[in-house]
Parts: sequence; structure tokens; C-alpha cells
Amino acid sequence: METNSLFKSGHTACAGCGQAIAARLVVEAAGPNTIIANNTGCLEVFSTKYPETAWGVPWIHSLFENSAAVASGIEAALISLGKKDGINVIAQGGDGSTGDIGLQALSGMLERGHDILYVCYDNEAYMNTGVQRSGLTPFDTNTTTSPAGKLSSGNVRPKKAVPEICLAHGIPYVATASAGFVQDLTRKVKKALSIKGPKYIQIHVPCPLGWRHESNQMLSVAKAAVETGLYPLFEYESGILSGSRQIVPKPVEEYLKLQGRYKHLLSNPEEIKKIQEIADNNIKKYNLRVVP
Amino acid sequence: MFGPLVVRPKNSKGDKTGSWRTQVRPHYLHKNCIACRMCLIVCPEGCVHGKEKNAFWADYNFCKGCGVCADICPKKDIAMVSEESKGEEK
Amino acid sequence: MKEFLEGSHAIAEVIKNVRPGVISAYPITPQTHIVEDLAQIVANGELESQFVNVESEHSAASVVLGASATGVRVYTATSSQGLFYMQEVVFNIAGMRLPVVMTCANRAISAPINIWNDQQDSLSLRDAGWIQIYAEDNQEAVDFHLLAYRLAEDKRVMLPVMVCMDGFILTHGMETTDMPEQEKVDKFLPVYKPLYKLDPADPMSMGLLADPDYYMEARFAIQETMRESLGILTEISKEFNNIFNRDYGDLLVEEYEVKGADKVIVAMGSVCGTIKEVIDEQRAKGKKVGLLRIITYRPFPYARVYEALKDVAKVAVLDKAVSLGAYAPIAVEMKAAFFGKKKGPKVISSFVAGLGGRDITLETIHEVFRRLSTKEVNSDFIDLKPELLKEEYGD
Repeated sequence: METNSLFKSGHTACAGCGQAIAARLVVEAAGPNTIIANNTGCLEVFSTKYPETAWGVPWIHSLFENSAAVASGIEAALISLGKKDGINVIAQGGDGSTGDIGLQALSGMLERGHDILYVCYDNEAYMNTGVQRSGLTPFDTNTTTSPAGKLSSGNVRPKKAVPEICLAHGIPYVATASAGFVQDLTRKVKKALSIKGPKYIQIHVPCPLGWRHESNQMLSVAKAAVETGLYPLFEYESGILSGSRQIVPKPVEEYLKLQGRYKHLLSNPEEIKKIQEIADNNIKKYNLRVVP
Repeated sequence: MFGPLVVRPKNSKGDKTGSWRTQVRPHYLHKNCIACRMCLIVCPEGCVHGKEKNAFWADYNFCKGCGVCADICPKKDIAMVSEESKGEEK
Repeated sequence: MKEFLEGSHAIAEVIKNVRPGVISAYPITPQTHIVEDLAQIVANGELESQFVNVESEHSAASVVLGASATGVRVYTATSSQGLFYMQEVVFNIAGMRLPVVMTCANRAISAPINIWNDQQDSLSLRDAGWIQIYAEDNQEAVDFHLLAYRLAEDKRVMLPVMVCMDGFILTHGMETTDMPEQEKVDKFLPVYKPLYKLDPADPMSMGLLADPDYYMEARFAIQETMRESLGILTEISKEFNNIFNRDYGDLLVEEYEVKGADKVIVAMGSVCGTIKEVIDEQRAKGKKVGLLRIITYRPFPYARVYEALKDVAKVAVLDKAVSLGAYAPIAVEMKAAFFGKKKGPKVISSFVAGLGGRDITLETIHEVFRRLSTKEVNSDFIDLKPELLKEEYGD
């Protein structure tokens, strides 16, 4: 089978959608012997509008928040049928369906120890419903429900640390990845699938519509998030930080200025300072700085 | 009795999303291509095809004209051209 | 073989005979004994099954959804708030045409919180696309699970089935129950072969977005299938009788002394045992009274109800649930069954009793008959304590 056919052209994602790239890379890395359970969200809507499907692997969507539980049932069924060996089970969803409404189902899946890879496509807001803030929306981000205004500089809380929450379950593999670093993403998916047990990968996927940048800037925006330290790429194996992408940190403005969702901050050095602190903390926490 | 329920990929032709393009489309120049495959890897549509140097092409039936392939091409061998211009249609 | 068993234990034993590949549940009173017993059966190696202990009913339903979609037979059980918490998955399972079988240990709904029996939980999910059958005693509860799997997995049906049994009254009640033998179960219920499944050998997508061009047909197909299921229930009931020698008739309703009766109570579930006792006593005194027991509430057997009651003068519908602000759930269907018809009762009165586990005694049933007059009543509560009611709240 041509691997290309695992996620076919003809889906209805927006032009330049980061999630579309990441989703294709994930399923291509996993290969044809894979079953996917997908939460409700952009990816589900744009890839499986009846009577079309982009998916060349068995794929199921049930509800907004239950892909981790549906995948648990799939895994249990495969064990019951004696077919688990050789079949990858992937549960996936956006940041809201993973870290907010689906966090309980995800936690249950991780705690029970199912042999499942959970993939969170993190575009940092509820994009499918029109860019409302989620728990994973970063600090000071302008969304339709955390708007910047006279009394507000956007989202008041920092991004929820879902990878750390997953890590606290004592699972064997947790990683972050980015649509801007495609080889790294593919490598991490393959590595995760080579490990038995529950795995979690969170992929930063720019949304040109919600982040308000030109569609052709998608990869540049994704790369800038990593290169400023605002989206650290790291891997934890058996609870130990085993790797992180080294950077020569750029000032956070280099990332913020590319996107309309941060336009309100560009004349506000105090707020930028706070965001720089977030990046600096990440750089320290995950050993991101290139050692000369 | 059953209504719309499941779809097999072999029965799905996909939407012809190429009709979404309003301004520009990628024109593969086929001059300095090194077959690094980055255009193919990063295409959100998965509509770039090809294996050999200077032989990659975007399927305009599906290409939405996002420009990500032109942006990433290390050899600047993909140009975003106006929809109205006549380019190589393959 | 006849055994003296607790209802929950009997259900666990029959589920063992059914051999589900995946079981998933979350504890809630009064469902707990069923899943505890099943967990022990699996732990003892008496049943080879994946028992998935989940963090919520939402996930219990989602796990059996995923497992059913992968092509294995599944089982779950819940009650009350648990059923409500899994509600969106319950609708989803029917929409995806997955033959899930669930036991609902019927219990009241919060607030006020109350763990005792009524039928508000399952009746509130009447529009979910599940076939709902209600057991009167533990023998029926056991047998109905076998019938439920056979029905759900019938290629003409492919809909989930909820077997409803009154919490505590049946789940915790000890009864002599004729437990089905494994060979007979295997004869009645062949190995499950799914119509479609998640399988890399034949990839397909399930649970797709259906826009206005496609959605209506998906819903219409379930409505039609529900209608067709009425006949299939009867057909399966006959086959069951052939193998197990227990006759549940058409499995839609039970007529008890309805012929020649001028007053009939319509009810559902374990309360019918109490009603039958009153009817026997009244009949012995020459009173023309009867009971029409609804066994299958979804699909609702309108034609069958019409045939049974078209010549009865007065009908009392006894609901163990309310539709606050409207006719109670069984009463509304009874009204619909006779609307615009040539024949039918002159009076269809709606009574509510036994909410939150308040005992329905022989006297309760006598009171229903007393209140069944020429004056029709709507959701008339029996055994109410007026001293607990106030016109105003506060000091």
C-alpha cells in the first residue's frame, strides 16, 4: 500500500492547516496496521464528512471527549480477539478535547496502562467552534472568549501543562513535537509506538485562521515557537527527561509578531516581559539552551 | 434498515478542494530541485507527488494554494504564481 | 438448573454464559453486585474476558462502544446518575448501530439524592434509540439478557438493548431462578459476527459527520428498524421458548386477566407482581379487573396495546416515573395508542407511585382502583404525604 493513501487529499482543512500536516505524518509514521479513535474537532470534521474519508486506516469518531476511552475499548477488544500484537492503537484530539473536556478519559486511559498512543494536536484554542480559549491557550493570547480590551491583555492564565499531567501518571513515554519539525515528529511517533504501554505526544500545530498569520507562514510560526523557548520540544522516557531540542533562544517578539493573536501586545513591553519569563523558565526547566 | 453509517476509503474520492484557490498556486520550476521531498512532506493536503529530481508536482485538483511548499523549498524551486497566469499544469 | 440466587448474581452468571469479550463498568448502587460478581468470575478464570475498570460511566460506555466497533460482544451495567452521565454515549452507540447490551438497575434520579428504586433513569432515555425491555422478576431478568443479545446482534436490527430491572427489588432480591445451561445458550446465541468493524484488513471510517444532506436518513433508518423490531422480538421469543421452554409470548406485553375486564391497570416491571396479587384477590370476589404489563417500552407496541385494551372501559396507567409538567412516560404512550381510534377506553387515567423507593403495597394498588373513576386524572400521585408539602418556603 502506498503510505500516501493513509491520509488522502480531498479533505476540507483550511489552506495551510498545521494539524493536517501533523495528522498525516502521524498516520504515515504509524503505518497501515493502525486503528485510530478521534475526538470531535477540526480534524474529525475536515477529514470525515460523509460520504468522504481521508483515512486509509480503520478510524472511528464517537464524541468530543472520549477518544481515549474508545481507544481503550478497541485495545481491549483486540486483546480479546488475540490480535493486539502488530496493531497500533492511536487516540487523538485537539487541545480542548484532550486537556479540558477529555482530560478525565485521558487520565483513565493512562492510569489503566493500555498500550495506546495518545496524540494531542495543540492549536491552543477551540478552533472548530471559532477560536475560543481552552486550558491550553497561552498567557495573554487574544481569542474570541479571552479578548484583549481596555481591561484585558488576553488570556489571563498560563498554558495548562498537560504533558506534565500525563507524566505524573508514570507512563513510559511523553513527548512534545511541532509541525515545524517534521522529521523530529515522525521519529517521536515511531519511537512511541515501539514502546509498550500508554504514550502521550503533544504536537504544536499552527492554525492560520485562529492565530491570524498567512497560510504560507505556517512552518515559520511553528519553528519560531520552538526557537524562542515558548514551545519546548522534549521527551521523557520512564519519567526521565531524555532529550530536548537545543536552541539559541530568540526573543519572544520574534514569535509573537508573526501572529494577529498577539498584535495587541507589541506596544506593551510589560506584558512581553512576562511572556519572556515563561520562555526563560522553559529554557531552564528543559535544558533548551545550546551549550557553546 | 441502515442509513449513512460507514465509509471505506476505496469508495471516497475526496472533495476537489483545488477550486478553493482564489489567488495563487505553486509552480514547480524543475530547475534546481534536489529531491529533498520537503514539499511533499509538509503539504497539508498530501497532494504533492514525485520521486526524482525536478519531477515533483502538485495536484491542482486538491491544492488549496497555501504556499507552504514554496516557503520550505531550500532551493527556491517552487514559485507561487497568480491563478490567472499560464503555468505548467502538471 | 434451578438455583436460589440474588438477582445480581444471576445476571452475572448469565453474562458469563453469553461470553462477552469486553466488559466495562463503573460502580453505582444498586448495579454494583452485578459487576462485582462478574469481576470475580473473570478473576477466577471462569470467563475469558477483558474487564476494563474505568474512571466514569462515560468511559464505561465509551469502552464498550470502541470494543463493539472492533467486532466483539460487550457488556456494561449502570443505574440512575450513571446512566445520565453516560447519556451522550448512550445516544451515540445507537446512532452507530452497535449491538451493545446494558443492564439498567432502575433507580431514582437526583435531586434529592436517592438510591432506591423507580424507573425515572431508563425512561428518561427513551429517545436514545435503544430497545428497552423491563423484567418483572429475576427469571425474566436472566432470560431477557439472552433475548437482548440475540435481538441486538440480529442483522436486521443492529441496535443496542437495555434490560431494565428494578434496583434492589430485583437486583438484591433472592429468587429461585432456572439458570440456563451453557449448551442451550450457545444454541440460542451463536458466536457474534459483526456487520462491520475496525480492522486493518478492511479499513473503514465510522462516526462520520453527516450534514443536512445525510443526517435524516440515519435517524429514519433507526426509526424504521425500531418498528420492524416489534415483529423480530416476537420471532426471537418463540425460538427462546423452543430451546428453554419458557414462553414470553410476543415479548411486547403480557395480558393478565384483561379479557372481559372493565378496569385494567397498565404497569411495567416488578410492581406487576404486586398488582397480580390484587387482581387475583379481586377476581375471586367477582370484580372484573386486569393488568396489562408492558414488557417492551421501546419500540412501544401501540398496535398490541390497542388490541388488548380496545374493549376495556377504564384504564389506570401506573408509572414509577414522572415527566414533570406532562403525562407520565407510560401514560403518554397509552394516550397516543388510542387517539383517533374507533374503539378504546373511555378513561385513561395516569397515576404515579413508588418514586424514590416508596413501597408500592397491595393497598397502593387498591387505591389506584378506587381512584379510577369516570373522572380522568393526570399524574395523580398515590401515597403522598401532604404534611411534607408547603405553599411557601422560608421563615
